Amino acid sequence: MRPLALIAGLAGAVALLPAVVESGFVLNMAIMTLYTALIAQAWNILGGFGGQFSFGHAVFFGTGAYAMAVLQVKLGLNAWLALPVALTLGAAVGAMIGALTFRYGLRGSYFALVTLAFAEVFRILANTFQFTGAGVGIQIPLRESAADLQFAGKPGFLFAILALTVASLVIAWWLKHSRYGAWLQAVRDNEDSAAALGVDVFRVKLAAIALSGALMSAGGAFYLQYFRYVDPHIAYGPAISVEALLAAIVGGMGTIFGPLLGALVLHGLGEATRSLMQNAPGINLVIYGVLLVLIVMFLPRGIAGLFGRKA
Amino acid sequence: MLDPAIVFASVLNGLTTGAVYALIALGLTLIYGVLHIINFAHGAALMAALYGVYFLHQKAGVDPYLALPLMVPAMFGAGYLLYRWVIGRASHGRDENILLVTLGIAIVLENLALYLWRSDTRTIETAYTFAMVPIGAAMIAAPKLAAFAGALCATAALLYVVTRTDLGRAIRACAKERQGARLVGIDVEHVFAMSFGIGLACLGAAACFLLPAYYVNPQVGSGFVLIAFTIVVLGGMGSFVGALAGGLLIGVVESLGGLWLGESLGQIGIFLIFIAVLLFRPQGLFGARA
Amino acid sequence: MSLEARGLSISFGGLKAVQQVSLTVREGSLSALIGPNGAGKSTFFGLVSGFLKPDAGSVHLHGREITGMAPHAICRLGMTRTFQIVQPFAAQTVRENIAVGAHLREPRRARALERAEAVARRVGLGAQLEQPAASLTIAGRKRLELARALATEPKLLLLDEVLAGLNPQEVAEMIPVIRALRASGITVFMIEHVMQAVMNLAEQVWVIAHGALIAAGSPGEVTRDAKVVEAYLGHGAAARLQQLAAEPGHA
Repeated sequence: MRPLALIAGLAGAVALLPAVVESGFVLNMAIMTLYTALIAQAWNILGGFGGQFSFGHAVFFGTGAYAMAVLQVKLGLNAWLALPVALTLGAAVGAMIGALTFRYGLRGSYFALVTLAFAEVFRILANTFQFTGAGVGIQIPLRESAADLQFAGKPGFLFAILALTVASLVIAWWLKHSRYGAWLQAVRDNEDSAAALGVDVFRVKLAAIALSGALMSAGGAFYLQYFRYVDPHIAYGPAISVEALLAAIVGGMGTIFGPLLGALVLHGLGEATRSLMQNAPGINLVIYGVLLVLIVMFLPRGIAGLFGRKA
Repeated sequence: MLDPAIVFASVLNGLTTGAVYALIALGLTLIYGVLHIINFAHGAALMAALYGVYFLHQKAGVDPYLALPLMVPAMFGAGYLLYRWVIGRASHGRDENILLVTLGIAIVLENLALYLWRSDTRTIETAYTFAMVPIGAAMIAAPKLAAFAGALCATAALLYVVTRTDLGRAIRACAKERQGARLVGIDVEHVFAMSFGIGLACLGAAACFLLPAYYVNPQVGSGFVLIAFTIVVLGGMGSFVGALAGGLLIGVVESLGGLWLGESLGQIGIFLIFIAVLLFRPQGLFGARA
Repeated sequence: MSLEARGLSISFGGLKAVQQVSLTVREGSLSALIGPNGAGKSTFFGLVSGFLKPDAGSVHLHGREITGMAPHAICRLGMTRTFQIVQPFAAQTVRENIAVGAHLREPRRARALERAEAVARRVGLGAQLEQPAASLTIAGRKRLELARALATEPKLLLLDEVLAGLNPQEVAEMIPVIRALRASGITVFMIEHVMQAVMNLAEQVWVIAHGALIAAGSPGEVTRDAKVVEAYLGHGAAARLQQLAAEPGHA
């Protein structure tokens, strides 16, 4: 089935969900799964398609969340107006980190570590300044109105995250079918060969990290609107970075549907574990960790790899 | 400006904290220098070792320092097996794969600890937990001084093993030229597993020195990971002297940073150093070009 | 498109890898750079294609100075190089690999993929278009390397040991392909070890040893040059060969 048709089909199916299901629990599961798929896709753009593994993607997530929070609470800006600012900031932070690290040729594990360091730096800064609420964080007031990008019920949020996730899937599709995407994957597979064929490696990587940053900060923005609270640990802590890369890798890096598959697997496993182990803390993460090791060892192309090359 | 006595005390504290950091970094730099893998599970392994020391004390009444001959071999064995059974098998060439595998191991260890022992922070109390030793105008906690001595001994021991023993020769051979080492009959996988084991053994020692003056909870390891990497990168990947010097330097930077910028902001200096070193001088102070 | 190197030099540590090399590749010609292993041939290619910055000297492409330009910019100007150690985009198919080159001049994906197919057929890879590049044999990979470079529509092609690792049959198959390139108007400059190909194809040959040019001329002239013989066979070899030839009973 053609990818775009599949995306449209999935979108339609999910959009019908609120008409068919009343359970807040199920709707929340759908929302959280799509949310994970979004942040995983953001990671996938830089990591899967671009080959640059980031361990600190939280740096973009937190920027999006805090931007939304600060703009609404401290500057009284409407959420819809704050959203493009948050996305732009995410891209800008990406461009800044990319400009530094790619200019100095940081790759592979060093790049992964540096992104982690940047996330930590931002976490400490957010924790220090009153502007971001310091250690206490920021809470945005309950508005329950679409005009403020909050919704009275779960369906509203479901449509919002669906829109964002569909956009991310289309962007991934575009990477598979465009010149830029061809350049990006060439850079991933062999930088020297790509350069010898006329690809401006630095610019290509820079665009990728900016795009990835913007998409990740969209995830952060959604998080803030849905949970209405952010603090330094939530925003810039390792949990978000790990969730994004875990879903992308388990599902299949460098594929369109990998992040979505990964999100489904992780949330499915999480639910199964929760019911089996009665909410024991940490157990589902233990399983995720084991899954990561197993996937890297035995199924490096992720679950999407089981479907052949077309995903 | 600040009272020189306070600065002096801060520097001394930084040196002793830095010594423990050095102990942690020594294992990491060995693992990187020999296997060329960035062991993301290093912090989690330290956490596991800390729990080991903790339970030895709580359940069996073993003094942390006396636990050294138990912890060091135990951690060595754990490291050896971990490499042989998991990490060595996951190589596949790409070094990012190893990074992901060690990340996975870290996630498993941290959350297993969370599941088994909950997130409570635990400390131990011994006869000398609060003992203070006067040095100049400052009072330094005795456990921290012991850690300082321990770090020096460990560095010396590692240098001895690597330069004077047959194992050390084999380790250096494998580090420099894997294929060549195989060709002269060295069992490379075994040597790598030994190196990984030694790296984790250092953590066993670090845990014994660290717990009396510190605490343990499941997240404690991730707090040390970046700091350990900063030290390794600053000192130079694969250099023991570099890890020691880097550890002491970072300890002092953290201490003085905390003094001038406050607890929260103080740590930022470490990460900025890390970023700066990776960008501008990736071989660090004592290392060879990567 | 012509290529001119003037006094190019580069050292690594204490080693003078390339010393004061000057040469001019005439537009429309098929020429070769030969020399013993480690002479500095690939380093020279790296210098003219932008992968290495020279310590001294300059590079001019069709009259325009390109010293110090980035590799991708030089490629856009019309000079494309291949690599001695072939590095395909392993995760992608043959068609996708070549398409990366085609995209230099063609922004549309579908068109680039079509162009890739045409180039593949030109070098004999038509049957393997959908195969992953990683599954190709050495000969296949060499053709892929050539195809990728061709897809960028170069006016000057730098071929770095494109025949290395091929058996005689495969070499014989590649020679007409290379000749056809020149016939289609592309200036070809090759680094080659396979003397059969050099003698067959090149009009002009330069010989480099220990980083310096030691001879230049037609293939016949250059292979008879005593300095060249010495470079390949060792000090005194030229004299010994002459002695042998002068002995009675020796053909």
